[in-house]
Amino acid sequence: MSLTHDARVAVRPALAQRLARTWPEINNPAAWIVAAILLIMPLIANGFFLIEIFATTLILGIMALSLMFLAGYGGMVSLMQLTIAGFSAYMVAVFGVSGNANISLGWPWWLAVPMALALATAFGTLGGALAVRTEGIYTIMITLAIGAAFYYFTNQNWAIFNGHTGINTVATPHFWGVNWRADIPFYYVVLAVAALCYFAVEYLSRAPFGLALQGVRDNPRRMAALGFNVNAHRVAAYAFASFVAALAGVLQVWNYRQISPGSVSVGACIDVLIIAVVGGITRPIGPFIGALIFVLLRTFALDFLVRLGLDGNRFRLLIGLGFLAIVFWSSDGVIGLWQRWRQSQRPRTDRPGGGRGHG
Amino acid sequence: MSRLVERHPVWALIAIIAVAILLWLIFAVWPPGLEEAVGRKRVFLNALFNGITLGGLYFLVASGFTLIFGLMRNVNLAHGSLYLFGGYVGYAISTSTGSWLLSFIVAFILTALVGVLLQVIVFRRMEGQDLRQTMVTIGLSIVFADLMLWACGGDFYQIQTPNWLIGPIDLPLITAVKSSGEPVYLRYPLVRLVIFAASVVIGVAMWLALNRTRIGMIIRAGVDDRDILAATGVRIQLVFVLVFAFGAGLAGVAGVVGGTFQSLSPGEDIRFLLASLVVVIVGGMGSIPGAALGALIIGLAEQLGSVYIPTYAIVVTFLIMVLVLAIRPQGLLARR
Repeated sequence: MSLTHDARVAVRPALAQRLARTWPEINNPAAWIVAAILLIMPLIANGFFLIEIFATTLILGIMALSLMFLAGYGGMVSLMQLTIAGFSAYMVAVFGVSGNANISLGWPWWLAVPMALALATAFGTLGGALAVRTEGIYTIMITLAIGAAFYYFTNQNWAIFNGHTGINTVATPHFWGVNWRADIPFYYVVLAVAALCYFAVEYLSRAPFGLALQGVRDNPRRMAALGFNVNAHRVAAYAFASFVAALAGVLQVWNYRQISPGSVSVGACIDVLIIAVVGGITRPIGPFIGALIFVLLRTFALDFLVRLGLDGNRFRLLIGLGFLAIVFWSSDGVIGLWQRWRQSQRPRTDRPGGGRGHG
Repeated sequence: MSRLVERHPVWALIAIIAVAILLWLIFAVWPPGLEEAVGRKRVFLNALFNGITLGGLYFLVASGFTLIFGLMRNVNLAHGSLYLFGGYVGYAISTSTGSWLLSFIVAFILTALVGVLLQVIVFRRMEGQDLRQTMVTIGLSIVFADLMLWACGGDFYQIQTPNWLIGPIDLPLITAVKSSGEPVYLRYPLVRLVIFAASVVIGVAMWLALNRTRIGMIIRAGVDDRDILAATGVRIQLVFVLVFAFGAGLAGVAGVVGGTFQSLSPGEDIRFLLASLVVVIVGGMGSIPGAALGALIIGLAEQLGSVYIPTYAIVVTFLIMVLVLAIRPQGLLARR
């Protein structure tokens, strides 16, 4: 194996080597296969699978990716990522065009979306600035409290958030003669944003900022002694993660064309954590795997349970038990299980950890 | 106390003035101008009493939460589920036997047993892994919530108040004076006052047990440094189990109280988990007096807020939390 590797490096000059170091996917055939399948998905899947399964998976995956970035590289488990996404979705509905004309300002989408992204990023950064005053489990509690406060606030506030009915029939963009909410264009929009976020996280994790952030995660006192501003790095991480979550929020409101407090409930906030943890929070691919499992379970668990002769409403029980099992037996979600299985298949490999680490 | 006044004379003065104004608002007959500006005195007093008694309920839930955290560094996010479980148990007992007091005892014992099982089966296996324990409690709360939804359905339950506690009583607080010169007294539900008194008694008893007994000394030592405590020969695992059982049992008792005060339904577990989170963040993690102060502040803010600024009541609670985090991140009464 090392022979072929050396030969390839010898044939191609330093550029390829550098590329491969920056983007390890280049040398991974599985990554190319997944990318190809995702690109030709509209040829394989019909509208239901395309939107209800794959687009929803990607949107939830982006939200969980923002949590993974904070938890995996920054060591900060934030439960408010869904709240930031929900805030951004609400802002799209409030500034853009919707069925609730008394609330929506009716801006065109290319004004409303940047506004929503900016406001949601600011909101998330403020929440992050609050959360970094504490550490570890306190962060979970404070972000959970922020998420819950936002949920109750949207329920009570009628002037902006329209109470528990939420904002309905949100307009989706039409331009260049394309209805971007039609199944196939929307799928590609979601796919493009997901790929952008994935590679941004991947890149950032190798950039100086990401490395410093991982240093802060592992030993904040030593990083502070080295002259890094620990809190500034953490708040910056929150800002980046908030932007990613805000992008997911925009896609989500376009997907469902409505937003209501039910979408930002505490249970939904915890679902994002479950997705990230089940998938694995050490790699950017983990959240997407977790989201796929979650969406498949959510969509098909009912039929599956009924077919087994059980009560179909026990879907959350299944999710909760699965989550418990993952947390009990693997600290790194499905990815961790997969890696451990591969290692047990190849006991003589001399590289522990199954290849590239996250830094 | 006097040292505090010497160190912060301005704050002490402001606090004294605030207390004086509050006492005047409670005991004096309001002049007509004030009633026009802020509304009837009866409404104010009712909101005040509701806030204080709700604070008593929050204290019951949050004190178990903060006790468990203080000793074991374990954020038990399934605490709300224990609350709801206790409430359902209390409802079942009080409807089948008709005894309100028995429902408290059974709810305490059963939730304490659940707590023992949790500590022995789950948390002992992953001691010292804070984050993993928290994740497990999240998973458990989802499983518990769904199991309880399965068993009890989505209906609202209310525990029947016993006959000897039904009905309001007159408090010696004048709300208004009739044109004939006859004073009108505040009428307030007896059951809420009794429950509040009981939670004060429980709080004082806990404080005494923690500060005046041997087991309390062990627990306090464990909060400070559990490794050294274990090294001195104390059977720390037994202490953990006892504290977890007691904290869980308190949540169960609070569930019965909440089922009598308000109602039980799916979703209440999350509500009370959030309430205890905010209470202990404001009061200070691991501190019983902090939980009492935090519960009082949050209960008052919620009730007064829902009367005077109805759409933004939750924001007031949240702002208090933000303020505390900004000024004193460790909580108002935390030592560290």
